[in-house]
Amino acid sequence: MARYVTSKLLYTLLSLFILITATFFLMKAIPGDPFMSEKEVPAPIRARLEAQYGLDKPLMTQYVNYLGNIVQGDLGISMKKLNQEVGNIIGQTFGVSLRLGLIAVVVSTIVGVTLGLLAALYHRKFIDSLVMVVAVIGIAVPSFVLASLLQYTFGLKLGLFPITGTKTLLGYVLPVMALSAGPIAYIARLTRSSMLEVLNADYIKTAKAKGLKWPAILWKHVIRNGILPVVTYVGPMTANVVTGSVVVERIFGIGGIGKVFVDSITNRDYTLIMGITLFYGIILMAARFITDIVYVLVDPRIKLTSGKEG
Amino acid sequence: MANDNITNKQSLPALTAADFEPVNINERESEVIKRESLTAWRDTWERLRRNKVAMSGLVALIVIIIASILGPYVAYWVHGYDYQTNDLMATNQKPSALHWFGTDDLGRDMFVRTWSGARISLIVGVAAALIDLLIGVIYGGIMGYFGGRVDTIMNKFSEVLYAIPYLLVTILLLVVFEPSLGTIILALTITGWINMSWIVRGEIMKLKSREYVLASRSMGAGTGRLLFRHLLPNASGPIIVTLTLSVPNAIFAESFLSFLGLGVQAPISSLGSMVENALTGWMYYPWRMLFPAVLISVIMLAFNLLGDGLRDALDPSLKNK
Amino acid sequence: MKKKSWMMLLTLVLVIGTVLAACGSAEETTTTDSGTPTETTTGEGATTEPATDANLAADQTLRLNLSAEPPTLDPAQAQDSQANTALRFMYEGLATIGEDGQPKAGAAESWDISEDGLTYTFHLRQGATWNNGDPVTANDFVFAWQRALSPETVPAPVYAYQLYYIKGAEAFNTGETTDFSTVGVKAVDENTLEVTLTNPTPYFLGLTSFYTYYPVHQATVEGNEAWAADLNTMVTNGPFTLTTWTTGSEMGWTKNDKYWDAANIKLTNVTASIVNSGATETSQYQGNEIDYAGAPTGEIPTDQIQPLSEQLKDEFKLTDIASTYYYEFNTKEAPFNNVKIRKAFAMAIDRQSLIDNVTKAGQTPAFGFVPTSIAGLNNQSFRDEHPDSDYFKEDAAAAKTLLEEGMKEEGYTTLPPITLLYNTSENHQKLALAVADMWKNNLGVEIQTKNEEWSVFLESRKTGNFQIARAGWSADYNDPMTYMDMFVTGGGNNNTGFANEEYDALIDAAYKGGNDPEKRMQDMAAAEKILIGDNMVIMPVYYYTQASLTKPYLKGVTTDFSGAINFTRAYLEQQ
Repeated sequence: MARYVTSKLLYTLLSLFILITATFFLMKAIPGDPFMSEKEVPAPIRARLEAQYGLDKPLMTQYVNYLGNIVQGDLGISMKKLNQEVGNIIGQTFGVSLRLGLIAVVVSTIVGVTLGLLAALYHRKFIDSLVMVVAVIGIAVPSFVLASLLQYTFGLKLGLFPITGTKTLLGYVLPVMALSAGPIAYIARLTRSSMLEVLNADYIKTAKAKGLKWPAILWKHVIRNGILPVVTYVGPMTANVVTGSVVVERIFGIGGIGKVFVDSITNRDYTLIMGITLFYGIILMAARFITDIVYVLVDPRIKLTSGKEG
Repeated sequence: MANDNITNKQSLPALTAADFEPVNINERESEVIKRESLTAWRDTWERLRRNKVAMSGLVALIVIIIASILGPYVAYWVHGYDYQTNDLMATNQKPSALHWFGTDDLGRDMFVRTWSGARISLIVGVAAALIDLLIGVIYGGIMGYFGGRVDTIMNKFSEVLYAIPYLLVTILLLVVFEPSLGTIILALTITGWINMSWIVRGEIMKLKSREYVLASRSMGAGTGRLLFRHLLPNASGPIIVTLTLSVPNAIFAESFLSFLGLGVQAPISSLGSMVENALTGWMYYPWRMLFPAVLISVIMLAFNLLGDGLRDALDPSLKNK
Repeated sequence: MKKKSWMMLLTLVLVIGTVLAACGSAEETTTTDSGTPTETTTGEGATTEPATDANLAADQTLRLNLSAEPPTLDPAQAQDSQANTALRFMYEGLATIGEDGQPKAGAAESWDISEDGLTYTFHLRQGATWNNGDPVTANDFVFAWQRALSPETVPAPVYAYQLYYIKGAEAFNTGETTDFSTVGVKAVDENTLEVTLTNPTPYFLGLTSFYTYYPVHQATVEGNEAWAADLNTMVTNGPFTLTTWTTGSEMGWTKNDKYWDAANIKLTNVTASIVNSGATETSQYQGNEIDYAGAPTGEIPTDQIQPLSEQLKDEFKLTDIASTYYYEFNTKEAPFNNVKIRKAFAMAIDRQSLIDNVTKAGQTPAFGFVPTSIAGLNNQSFRDEHPDSDYFKEDAAAAKTLLEEGMKEEGYTTLPPITLLYNTSENHQKLALAVADMWKNNLGVEIQTKNEEWSVFLESRKTGNFQIARAGWSADYNDPMTYMDMFVTGGGNNNTGFANEEYDALIDAAYKGGNDPEKRMQDMAAAEKILIGDNMVIMPVYYYTQASLTKPYLKGVTTDFSGAINFTRAYLEQQ
């Protein structure tokens, strides 16, 4: 295991290096720069700006300089949000997205698993159909439509929740609903099919025959075994949700990292683009790494290999 | 009670040798398969055909496809509307006998636009999903099957590709290529297949240590046979669920692309971009959002039902249930 | 199986039903709302009377929304309208713009202007202080302006050119000289600031109310590059102090009791959410989360302008602002290298119909470049004194003839393919499609429309990679020059390839002719005629308005010629 982890870490560092390199040159290849606006910046001022940010140097020099800074742990200063450190911007806005995202993950896991379990236990009964209907709607309504319907109906017309902002706990309700609708639907479907498989398995019949109490069977055997696919889905989903949803953040006025990232690209805020990309890359790779480990932990039949042999 | 039984037994006629005939001991004959032999696809189709829910999904899809082809012509024959001609005197009209689905903010007929939008969305969604499927299954299959260093490297490559900001990639595509349906599909698939490959990888990793794989391998089955006859068919459930989800995902991702200027160029539109266009004023002009949004939902529903049915039909463990 | 098909039906019904129900209920409320009698707010007459403390609301907290976070709160670095709104709370320049649009005393109590119009002597207000108690001195202005102009400042302030009216400023900024004493700014004593200009500039007083001219607190700025990125290190001289700033979410200001005119500042707090969605903003407004919605701080979506203007008749307002929407021709690219073809395109659209049916915000059809709200002489607007109606007329038939003549001159039997370029936005797209449709109907020309992401679009336009492109220009100061100097040969914002010596000469004369205002205005009008009437380098579409919603109890909000908004003297009445 230790050898596996070390080799994975080395590969991850290499991937991050490739990610930085690819993003850096991609970013420079697209038209535009941080100083563009409807009113053209006068040439002498533009030249000075480029010199100050080192944008007048050859591309390779810029790249090497950036790598040097990264190695020293310096993400640089935003080119658009003047004098604000990239690290600070990521820290502040990620905190907001993380809080919202984690709530959404917990809510969608609990609700999704419960719904899925109910559907499986009452297979081909009314509850089953109802859950599947909810699941399909959750997937069928796009998040930007759902967010704006929720906001208008529950925020404005019924006045039950704040229209924007997450200053109060109530403010989280609508954004969390908008964020979790899709995952709830997906988790419910996943749980249902996996639980159905488990419920028909021989060991459940054995447990029943042995005279075990139903709640004990449910907890010890059915849920434990049926939850595996959900676990493997929740990992990457968490990475996805906590890195911020532009749509939900924009509609509900939440100062999260998703919105900042899209803005940084529109603004060609080079240092901020690189910083957030690197940060996202680390989160993504960590989440995938953990998922792989979980695979092994929950199912001993799966082997992870780091050696040459396949 | 017991007495009655005894009485009955006694009344049975006596058995003679003529009452017996020898069991056919021809082993060859006993191995003959009486049921008509079906290919895997025939078999799947037979089972799918018996699944009414899945079939209704299929029928709904066929109806939508036909309507998206004929719908615009119908409105043109009846009223002479096309998808792009403005009528500034008739903007934001409610649905009426003249405009069945109402008109949009430039007075264009929503009926024509909804169906021609559905056509674009279906082409883009299905094409992107199929390409994702093809690349994802091959790539994920190789990762999961070979494992080890091959897996690590291919896996890392897909992670890097996934982590590169998608917006940057699409903006670059926009600069390099002219906007067209092909460019859109390219933009959608350039990272779209990764998710599929991860799902396939996970499934194959799980399945390859199963007993039947070992058995097949010990009987001398090669990589190709193992992958395509044993592993992939058994992984078809998650693959098909992902596939049915990736069609609608592609349909929405396309509307995001048109927002960036890479999607279909106005005045042509897709369902996704119509919904997005109507979003700021839906409380006043609900029909502009309603028709395309409902159509998207129905398309997604149909794909989901069909997908569920396909999964059941393909799953070997559910064969005779 | 039966249950399953029933389930599908249920799903279908639910999907459709949900959407229907949501839409249906919305529509119902619409009608009820518009049916409400609007006579309830009859307090219009009261607005002109000064507010007595009796009818002031107990809680004087103004709630706003900003559609974007100001990228910086450093006056020297600011470039956008959000920063303008925010900085106006926090700083005060030498002059401020009064309700009548004329400059009035700000940090300077009074000023003298020399006869030649070149030297301004500002007498600063005695006893005015920064919010840390330090006095505001003439030196603070000198320091601020020197900082904005200095090539050493990091990053280089983009708007330094707003100070180029001052003698020697441009040379100092571009590094021609490193001696700041050559620049025409001098602190005569603590309270007297003397400014010398290059040319007589009639609008210079107005400029001193602009953020690039704000003073900064020397001790704070020196030695801390990031002073304006943290509210704890900002020292300001305006009526409010920034007291909360959560990146990307919220900003908040509290009344500055040390401000010299604090007695006339009624608001105690201002809060601003940061939401970049017009639909959300109007919901916030209707849900009573904010007191003001719309431009310039935010946006009312085009689709909602008409319904809201009927529903909230007394709260909805359209204001003319100094911005022009136009299409620019690339005069180097076929077929728009031919003036007749350019004219034909400009004449072949119906601007009023576009405004009534597409943009819907009561804009004024534009036939010139200088918008209606730019001042001329004698309290009249430039547009009133020099009407744009002589430059050209809309006439589909004449346009068609002109197009044919132009095509004959160029030897075309059919026009080369034409693409109209615009930057991605719902509104630009609608207008482009409608215009293209009019060209098709009136000229029989099929053109393509193409949208590009903002930076890509700017790059295309800058490098001349377009045939016709959408453009918009908003005024920096209240004078026609802010428009007219744009198309001089080789001008930084002149993407059209237009080069005309006569035009250049007229603009140059107007630059230097500040002492003869009458002739100066005539020169600029003549230049405008060359630009549009003779050469049709740009095709004006409309002069902008901005749409906004103001709660009936919010009073004392003022908007200047450019649409910039001032909430500092606002107050909330009892509801």
